[in-house]
Amino acid sequence: MPVALFLALKFLREGKAASTLVIAAVGVGVSVIVFLSALIGGLQRSLIEKTLGTQAHVVVRPQEERPRPQLRPAPSEGVIVASREQRPAQRVRSIVGWQRTMAELAADPEVEAVTPVVTGPGFAVRGTASKSVAVLGIDPASYVRVVTVDTRLVAGALPRSGTEVAIGSELADDLGVEVGDKLRIQAAGGRTELFTIAGVFRLGNREVDARWVLVTLRAGQTLLDLVGGVSSLELRVRALFEADRTAARMTAHTGLVAESWMQLNAELLTALRSQGASSLLIQVFVVLAVTIGITSVLVVSVVQKRREIGILRAMGATRRRIAAVFLIQGGALGMMGSIVGVATGVGVATLFRRTAVDPRGQPLFPIEVEPSLVLVAVAIALGTGLIAALLPALRASRLDPAVAIRHE
Amino acid sequence: MSDAGERDAPVLELRGVIKEFGQDPVTRVLDRIDLRIEHGEFAALVGPSGSGKSTLLNLLGLLDRPTAGELRVLGRDTATLDDAAITALRGRAIGFVFQFHHLLPALSAVENVMLPLVLAQGRTRASDRTAALEGLREVGLAARADERTTRLSGGQQQRVAIARALVGRPPLLLADEPTGNLDTQTADEIFELLREFNRRWRMAFLVVTHSPELAERCDRVITLVDGRVVGDRRPR
Ligand SMILES: Nc1ncnc2c1ncn2[C@@H]1O[C@H](COP(=O)(O)OP(=O)(O)OP(=O)(O)O)[C@@H](O)[C@H]1O
Ligand SMILES: [Mg+2]
Repeated sequence: MPVALFLALKFLREGKAASTLVIAAVGVGVSVIVFLSALIGGLQRSLIEKTLGTQAHVVVRPQEERPRPQLRPAPSEGVIVASREQRPAQRVRSIVGWQRTMAELAADPEVEAVTPVVTGPGFAVRGTASKSVAVLGIDPASYVRVVTVDTRLVAGALPRSGTEVAIGSELADDLGVEVGDKLRIQAAGGRTELFTIAGVFRLGNREVDARWVLVTLRAGQTLLDLVGGVSSLELRVRALFEADRTAARMTAHTGLVAESWMQLNAELLTALRSQGASSLLIQVFVVLAVTIGITSVLVVSVVQKRREIGILRAMGATRRRIAAVFLIQGGALGMMGSIVGVATGVGVATLFRRTAVDPRGQPLFPIEVEPSLVLVAVAIALGTGLIAALLPALRASRLDPAVAIRHE
Repeated sequence: MSDAGERDAPVLELRGVIKEFGQDPVTRVLDRIDLRIEHGEFAALVGPSGSGKSTLLNLLGLLDRPTAGELRVLGRDTATLDDAAITALRGRAIGFVFQFHHLLPALSAVENVMLPLVLAQGRTRASDRTAALEGLREVGLAARADERTTRLSGGQQQRVAIARALVGRPPLLLADEPTGNLDTQTADEIFELLREFNRRWRMAFLVVTHSPELAERCDRVITLVDGRVVGDRRPR
């Protein structure tokens, strides 16, 4: 064993009470970091998952028909006066040549899956009840690779034929229907079709579960008067947080409007980011407190051990070796504290997940400790310990052996 | 310098060594000391309190540097050595025994004795323990090897300190009042122990003592008064 390590361990064991206290303090700090990161990480992941459970990462739509300002001849050069604006009537429009665009998008290495969708407003009619709905004509096979409705079916299946429909659980409750019942759907354009309910899904978003009506692409095209056309192409990308850049690239490439989930959920992203920032701030303060704790214990130890340091120097210990003895103590305190802290943090997180549950036994908070988090916590604590020990180590190494050894 | 050279040169050689403390006023604690100690000598350093005995021992032990003058250890001019070289030379050439034994309470008796070997090599080895146990046996403490030193008596602690100072077989052993806080009988035993090692291994010993009786039993008595060597005689 290297002599510095040997002495560091002996000194730590000698000051058992102080060592234990510091290790406990570092442990508390590290467990706060681990627990907080696990909680916030879990919350963020579940929020994103919830959001993306009903959304494609990127949606490609046709260019908006711009409100056309009617230009008058300019009164003087450089001045344009806009007068009446005419907003085009809202109607479902198709992407021109969508099959080719879809093939191009599918070939993009960033794209994991792409699916054609036709959407438009309508009403679901059952007896005298009538609900405003969003009709989505989808290709179930490829759609589930973009939005995972198939895993969120509470009954039945997705539509397999032009006469079948899958509806949200809220809508099913509102209308008092279940799988096998008939449902009449009327598009805003006036067309009406009668469908059989093949499935009921719950995506976890009230708005979506109360309004979405899924039919096959062909049935949707007929209903929405857009035979052969699609109103959007929806994509899943590989790099979730690169979606805005990918979308921008697609806009530039196709000339269509490509919007990412990040643009549509800008507020959520801002919230996530500020949450991340505040958790970082807490971590910084915890690290600071841990550093101060380790430093103060080692500074006291150096003062107490002046004589012993003098003896060690007299016995042939170099300044560097003396410094190493205290650096190792700092690192070891950080290391042991982090092990205690990780164990505590994981324990509390597990306890939290077990006890904070809803009546169905599902965890209220999606808390998850990732292995990388553990490694990062240990590395931070180790580094912190070493840095905290710098000052005491320097002081120890500078002690004059003759002065340190003089008996008072 | 070669090993042979080291063996031929005196263990210690001082010419005009001066040690001063403080800036304004400057206190001269050691004044133009000339001294030469040969291999295997057993010398006592005596003098009144405050005469500079400990200060001189610190210089000889390379724990401190002279303000002026020449100090050679095993023929090497220490003024030319940097801190690391001084540390290395000290670890190899000089053993210390202090009045307050200065053992490390964090370590057991045998670990204390191992220290000079371990520090010289940079790492612990099984053979160090064997050598340290042998050293403890020589001072009659083999049975207490793994005890914390705080549980040993004053005389026993001093024996451990002697074993530690001798374990590397340094050519020079410096002892600052090694029997100072021991009762007469224990002091006598410790002194005899030092004498025995001096005869057995031909190490040079320089022992500070306040006891005229013990001083008379040395080969040579060096007297220091007010930082000057005023006497250097051979009792027998
Ligand atoms: N680091 C220092 N700074 C200032 N003065 C010092 C220092 N070390 C020693 N002295 C002074 O030098 C003088 C000699 O001290 P030293 O300890 O060498 O005496 P000593 O002969 O060992 O005395 P004692 O027999 O009491 O141990 C004293 O006056 C002391 O105050
Ligand atoms: Mg003294």
